[in-house]
Amino acid sequence: MLKQSLSKKRKGYEVLMKAMMLLSVGLTAALVLFLLAYVLVQGVPNITWELLSTKPSYLTERIGILPDILNTVYIVLATLLIVLPLGVGAAIYLTEYASNQKVVGIIEYAAETLSGIPSIIYGLVGMLLFSNSMGTCLMAGALTLVIMNLPTIMRTTQESLKTVPQSYREGAFGLGAGKWRVVRTVVLPGCVDGVITGCILSVGRIIGESAALLFTAGFAHAVNGIIDGLAAPGATLTVALYVYAKEQGEFGVAFAIAAILMVLTVLINFAATLVQKHFAKRRSL
Amino acid sequence: MSMISVKDMCLWYGEHQALKNVDIEIPENSITALIGPSGCGKSTFLKTLNRMNDLIPGVKITGDIRYEGTDIFSKEVDVNNLRKEIGMVFQKPNPFPMSIYDNVAYGPRTHGITNRVQLDEIVERALRDAAIWDEVKDRLKKNALGMSGGQQQRLCIARALAVQPKILLMDEPTSALDPISTSRIEELVTELKEKYTIVMVTHNMQQAVRVSDYTAFFLLGELVAFGKTDDIFSQPKDQRTEDYITGRFG
Repeated sequence: MLKQSLSKKRKGYEVLMKAMMLLSVGLTAALVLFLLAYVLVQGVPNITWELLSTKPSYLTERIGILPDILNTVYIVLATLLIVLPLGVGAAIYLTEYASNQKVVGIIEYAAETLSGIPSIIYGLVGMLLFSNSMGTCLMAGALTLVIMNLPTIMRTTQESLKTVPQSYREGAFGLGAGKWRVVRTVVLPGCVDGVITGCILSVGRIIGESAALLFTAGFAHAVNGIIDGLAAPGATLTVALYVYAKEQGEFGVAFAIAAILMVLTVLINFAATLVQKHFAKRRSL
Repeated sequence: MSMISVKDMCLWYGEHQALKNVDIEIPENSITALIGPSGCGKSTFLKTLNRMNDLIPGVKITGDIRYEGTDIFSKEVDVNNLRKEIGMVFQKPNPFPMSIYDNVAYGPRTHGITNRVQLDEIVERALRDAAIWDEVKDRLKKNALGMSGGQQQRLCIARALAVQPKILLMDEPTSALDPISTSRIEELVTELKEKYTIVMVTHNMQQAVRVSDYTAFFLLGELVAFGKTDDIFSQPKDQRTEDYITGRFG
């Protein structure tokens, strides 16, 4: 009798837990789906070729987001170009060369902390550090984003350096290879996937960043080449979204941009997964 | 003539003394087996000979270690050149994740050989010397990680031979391999001693008897016995050596 009642209780408990877990899964999925659907339904009808291929004109009251798209591309390129050598270099130094593990630990801890700081603080610092000296421009924004993404690139590269088996290094040293040759020919090729993953994550962050850029890169919508573009103020897609929604009440345009950003995010995540799969396959060979 | 002569060598990992006053002369063109229970210092000793212990922080070494008469720790000695002269094969096969050809060519390229024809020759000779040429000649461009464990280890031997060392250090080269691969490597090692001096750590006493000319027995960081393998195994002078080789401890 006792046994039966116990098992009944357990069964009830099990059903309850299962129901609760189902509920949370359902809720999570529903939220994501709702957000996606809402943005896409509101945004996609507003995406027109004209919107994508023109710049805004006050005379004709036309709105176009071509400059914002270009600015986004420029800022992504400029940021990556600067942050990659810095971050990868720092990671290589810390993992392969540095001998004082205490200092390495402190730097790693600082980097982790740095990546948790709200982006608006980066914006504030970037404004004082860069915009005040070089003016409000995309380059000032890019430099701010460099600081912001440096820890990400550094940490992902470091983690990936640590996965390169020690036996590879020993093998190369055993053949009389110097430190730099070991790093260049054996260690670095083994961590390419980490660098690429870090890059993709950073691109996602750069595209999605608005707070840090509001302070530093400005709001202009002029179509420029990359050099002029970086020297001039300009809004990226996210900043433009903020401006159109908050200051001009152009919700159609804002949702169109939102839809584009969502699709981009999905694509970027997809790319990151693909890269990881590709390298996992190569490694297990 | 002895290739390596070690006098009064001690080694510490931090506070722990891993080797105590080791004296040994390693003869040319012969196979010297280092035997002893786990943790006795035989691998540590082996890795000192080409200064692989430099990579471990906190290692302190005293004493005199000479390779062809030169103190290997003197300032004039370039450690990369030393490792070119004294090659190493590790316990677990560790080919690089690149093609078979690039694995073997890694060493020569490191030491400045870029000429394609010359590289081809070196790679072929090294692979032939390591008795693996016939198995891989048609797939030199394939990734080395696709080979079997035994093949990988012979590839690692070829990789070490490709820089034309005079001495080959082997750290339990067969312990991760199956019996057939093991016997192939043993045959290979016996052939290689005509051209190279070989120092091999082994856990397997039959292996020491089968392949080596000289045997050094380490215990708790001390070199207890060193001499011709036949003498060590047939008439051990030290009671501890006898106890170990007859299996009373291990």
